[in-house]
Amino acid sequence: MSVSQHDPAARGRATALVVAVCVLWPLLQVAQFEPAVLFDAGNLATLGGFLGTFLPPATDANFLGYLASATLDTLAIATIGIALAMLIAVPLALLSTRSLSIGRLDGRLRPVSEVIRVIARGLTLVLRGVPELVWALVFVRIFGLGPAAGVAALAITYGGMLAKVYSEILESSDLSPTRALLAAGSGRLAALGYGLLPVASDELVSYTVYRWECAVRASVVMGFVGAGGLGQLMDQSMKMLNGGEACSILITFLLLVMAADALSAWLRRQVR
Amino acid sequence: MQPVTPRVMPRRGLMLTALVLAAVAASVWRLDLIAAFAEGQDSLGELLGFLQRFAAPDTSPAFLAKVGQGAIETLAISLIGTLLAVIGGVALALPASGRLGRLGQLASRFILNLLRSVPELVWATLTVLAAGLGPFAGTLALALHTTGVLGRLYAEALENAPPAPEAALRGAGSGAAAAFLYGTLPAVAPQWVAYGLYRWEMNIRMAAILGFVGAGGLGAQLYYALSLFHEAQAATLIVAMLVLSLAVDALSGWLRRRLVVA
Repeated sequence: MSVSQHDPAARGRATALVVAVCVLWPLLQVAQFEPAVLFDAGNLATLGGFLGTFLPPATDANFLGYLASATLDTLAIATIGIALAMLIAVPLALLSTRSLSIGRLDGRLRPVSEVIRVIARGLTLVLRGVPELVWALVFVRIFGLGPAAGVAALAITYGGMLAKVYSEILESSDLSPTRALLAAGSGRLAALGYGLLPVASDELVSYTVYRWECAVRASVVMGFVGAGGLGQLMDQSMKMLNGGEACSILITFLLLVMAADALSAWLRRQVR
Repeated sequence: MQPVTPRVMPRRGLMLTALVLAAVAASVWRLDLIAAFAEGQDSLGELLGFLQRFAAPDTSPAFLAKVGQGAIETLAISLIGTLLAVIGGVALALPASGRLGRLGQLASRFILNLLRSVPELVWATLTVLAAGLGPFAGTLALALHTTGVLGRLYAEALENAPPAPEAALRGAGSGAAAAFLYGTLPAVAPQWVAYGLYRWEMNIRMAAILGFVGAGGLGAQLYYALSLFHEAQAATLIVAMLVLSLAVDALSGWLRRRLVVA
């Protein structure tokens, strides 16, 4: 018996490769992909000069004061942002989750509740569809430079994200107690409090704490468009090509993120 | 039998709740938010006018053509950036999973951590210096951060892959490269592709934003429009970002079904 040496998948693979090259080539042009630029003498000198000033990191007392204050601001922005996001997310999640739908139980869908559910879902999608940085940029125009814009942007985007995940958690947890309560004639709120929350609360709290950790990172990034905190300080130092300050801020940022990671992991262990 | 009294709220839960509430209160006090929002309320009319101007997006053909160009640029940045990151991620994941000795593992893990912990936007401020203003800087910034993320995920997939097929091939006398390509790669490839597509979905959103620091694409146009108070154009750009990211979600979902589940 002769065994064919041909790879049976060869033709499909070759076609895919040709298509990929045909798609990628123009995209490389659009992205102005020219690695040679990196070795341009002028660019190298600028970057080298900037990175050269990274050491030693800035440590004068005046700057460290600013740094500490900006770090506290960043933490505060993330904390209030998440608190407000929860205020937005809880009602939206309750309106959009199917777990508390009485219509699903008896098979008679109530048009009004279905419409409310669709509207709540649409609102959730719009809130989280636009990135927080874009919201921040818009809110900076309204509230002016400073933390208020960051808080508002976080509250809106994370409100949408939390609402979506909350309703998903509520739909994927064990629904039998809730169904039993609803079938026995209890109201939706009672079914939520005694049927759904006891099984889902761990996961809800855990996800919220995880999001707080993400919010710390996001609030640093939002500072770049003027929403206060560490990011704004870093943006200023980078624009003035002050490497020592940029280095100190970067180190502080990394430490802050690590601390937020650890705190969030600890909090999540506490609720388990 | 003794009746069991259910504890409504354990003391530790009460303490944690109090701690969290105190943190929120301290934050409100720290940022003087009530004053800031009250000030914002003074300009509530201004705010409404601002939002009203958003309600009528600019749809003139000339501007739409510009937006289309920006969208293609953003798409290119995200796709090339993610592809570079996949290549870099694989290159660093191999040593990071401990295949090239302890020293290589520690070094590559350190590099991955460093790449990952600096956000894209911060990388972009550096790559703009290295490559000049424009889409290439954005591509590099995305590639650097995403390499860190993918490298770690890829290394974890490698560590969790079953070792038996590769060991069997090695035992039967095949070379190291062939044993990896035919023994381990087929096991991790679907996961690698899935992670890559998932990051592409995130990067299309990031690519739209990186323009804020001068890295091209839709973000640069949005920054410009908002700086000049051209709200109608800004609204069009935001809608374009939404549409683009939804389109990429759909495309990546289709690719995932074709490539991963097959």
